[in-house]
Amino acid sequence: MIAETGLAALWLATALAALQLGLACGLGGEEGRRVGTIRAVALSQALLTLFAFGALVMVFLDSDMSVKLVAANSHSEKPWIYKFAGAWGNHEGSMLLWVTVLAVAGAVVALFERRLDERTLGATLGAQAALGLGFFAFLLFASNPFERLDPAPLDGRGLNPLLQDPGLAFHPPTLYLGYVGLSVAFSLAVGGLIRGDVSPAIARAMRPWVLAAWIFLTLGITAGSYWAYYELGWGGWWFWDPVENASLMPWLAATALLHSVNVLAARGGLRAWTMMLALVAFSMSMVGTFLVRSGILTSVHAFAVDPTRGTFILALLALYIGGALTLFAFRIAHVKEGAPFEIVSREGALVANNLLLSVILGTVFVGTLYPLIAEALFGEKLSVGPPYFDSVAGPLALILAALMMIGPQLRWRRDKTAILPRWAPGILVAIAVLVGSFILNPHIGLLPRLGLAIGAGLIPASLQPLLGRSLRRTPLAVWGMALAHLGVAVAILGMASDSAFTREKLAAVRRGEIVEVGPWFVRLQEVMPVAGPNWTAIEAELRASTGSGLTVLKPQSRFFPSPPTTTNEAAIDTRWNGQLYAVLGEPDGQGRWQVRLWWKPFVTLIWLGGILIGLGGVLALVGRLLRERRQRIRGEEAFA
Amino acid sequence: MMVKPKHQRLVLVVLAVAALVGAVLLAMWGLQDRAAYFVTPSDIAAGKAQPDKAMRLGGMVVKGSLKRDPDGLTVRFTVSDTRAQTPVVFRGITPDLFKEGNGVVAEGRLDPTGLFVADNILAKHDERYMPPQMANEVPSQ
Repeated sequence: MIAETGLAALWLATALAALQLGLACGLGGEEGRRVGTIRAVALSQALLTLFAFGALVMVFLDSDMSVKLVAANSHSEKPWIYKFAGAWGNHEGSMLLWVTVLAVAGAVVALFERRLDERTLGATLGAQAALGLGFFAFLLFASNPFERLDPAPLDGRGLNPLLQDPGLAFHPPTLYLGYVGLSVAFSLAVGGLIRGDVSPAIARAMRPWVLAAWIFLTLGITAGSYWAYYELGWGGWWFWDPVENASLMPWLAATALLHSVNVLAARGGLRAWTMMLALVAFSMSMVGTFLVRSGILTSVHAFAVDPTRGTFILALLALYIGGALTLFAFRIAHVKEGAPFEIVSREGALVANNLLLSVILGTVFVGTLYPLIAEALFGEKLSVGPPYFDSVAGPLALILAALMMIGPQLRWRRDKTAILPRWAPGILVAIAVLVGSFILNPHIGLLPRLGLAIGAGLIPASLQPLLGRSLRRTPLAVWGMALAHLGVAVAILGMASDSAFTREKLAAVRRGEIVEVGPWFVRLQEVMPVAGPNWTAIEAELRASTGSGLTVLKPQSRFFPSPPTTTNEAAIDTRWNGQLYAVLGEPDGQGRWQVRLWWKPFVTLIWLGGILIGLGGVLALVGRLLRERRQRIRGEEAFA
Repeated sequence: MMVKPKHQRLVLVVLAVAALVGAVLLAMWGLQDRAAYFVTPSDIAAGKAQPDKAMRLGGMVVKGSLKRDPDGLTVRFTVSDTRAQTPVVFRGITPDLFKEGNGVVAEGRLDPTGLFVADNILAKHDERYMPPQMANEVPSQ
């Protein structure tokens, strides 16, 4: 019964999305165009979608095997948290989560947006409804999560063991909040373009959404990277897998948008540019969804292999992206020109930031899609991996980081004072590290070495904008910027340190034998069977010692009966100066076990940096919202 | 130098186009020698695969061909696409679904003697997952 109610709620929500689009287009006359009417429709639509999502979670928690999706992805013996998270750990459920976030975001805009005039707000909500309508249709016609099975099986097939991990509980929802949060920026840009009114007010309305979406994307990518690092047991933290690129591309676009939207909000400049980025950012979210959900790419994540779905999403993609770009082309001439600025200015630096991020985005985009193009056009089968992405995106990212040392210190509009003194601290630290690294270790690759130098130089440079200010009166947004830029420095240092100093050892060892990796001596103490809630495993006990301490690592090779699968569980010991990482392989039949060990100095800085970047975003978002509230209250007082 | 707003827009458009073209050119340059082509044992037998270039080899692990070196770490096996066979050597921990008679995709290089030196064997993560490249090349059994 719950499943049918959920499905009914979904149909009703779809009808309301259609109604909202109709009203915004003026089908209900002036009365229907009133924001009050649209607001009520948007709110009901969001509540119904939330209800449907709740219904799906319910059938998963109940282990109702008569629902096809539950039977295919769950198992009654599974711990409850994975039943709960299993609701969105599959294609249909994750698409329902996607439209739920879309509808809720639309309702929040409808209820709380006060910066825009009624017409622009109406057009924005119409665009949001049009987006919703397409994805509702996709859900109902191509991936119904509530489909029944008759007869119901006795039990389900279980969730892929790789996905039975606490990381799964929040990783996809976090990314989806980011993906779909960008839909609001897209809708606002469409609304503004339709009305021919691209004012700083639109940028101010867009900014909190871009910031929030970007925070979620940053944290989602950081968490996903760590998840892949410890779960896949390959010792790497980023694989340039198409699914990872699918989340990186919207992040790159959102990062560019985040910077240019500030120019529009604060100075009224970069109008067309910002609108274009807003369209591109959400388009990248949709491309990402297409890549992941169509199963079109060879990827460890692409579980949904279904061509009808792929065609459906591709059609939606063509419709929305093509439509938005056409609208842009026709309406952009009606948009007023922005305020002028000189090349050497804050605006100029932000343009450089945007150009570099766009070029990185372009190269990642081409590299990710090239295998598809090559196969479709030339019948060639190939894959594009780390050698391409590292050598193309890596240097660009370092140039960007070098510019980050000076950009935030430039003045708006024009900067006549000498730049070099302000750039000097970062550059000097970078040169010092570069020279020091050559003396201490001449055998590091060029890119990691430059990464160490530029990362180190960016640390003082990112804090420089705080100098000479009264720290108590410094706006939170400036603190946020400094913290986020510091996070970039920290993450670059972690990445460079990982690729420059990692030590790896592969060995076949008997009980009692010792393996040396980096500063560690690791002894295989024991190998024994252990059992968990829904798995059995072979577990090795490794005693690792170094000058400063002793630790025990217990990597496992796990067997899951439903569905029958074996996975490797890496064991990781975190120290202040790095991580010791161990994976257990197979026995060789003569008493030896394969063991793979890594010593990764300062690798944790990568994710620490990601968290700092996200926190910087949170500070900026809170600062902006508080300031706007204060201004509104002050404005109301003045009016009274 | 402060430019007129009208010119400024033109400059920005030119910059945007330049960035776009630059990105595509950069990508094409990077892809020229860094894309790993997917080859089958038949391609190698026909001499279509260049030695010492990164590539991916796909096929079935021939039954009875899997051997382990005395070091306990190196495995040798033969990959077949039913028409031709390629010997493969790999040093490391093989993924869980790597078995004789199963499909496999190995990343690595072909050495001049015709031996495929793999530095990575791609995991096949569950029974539902099969690389599309494999599905086309190897008839399902």
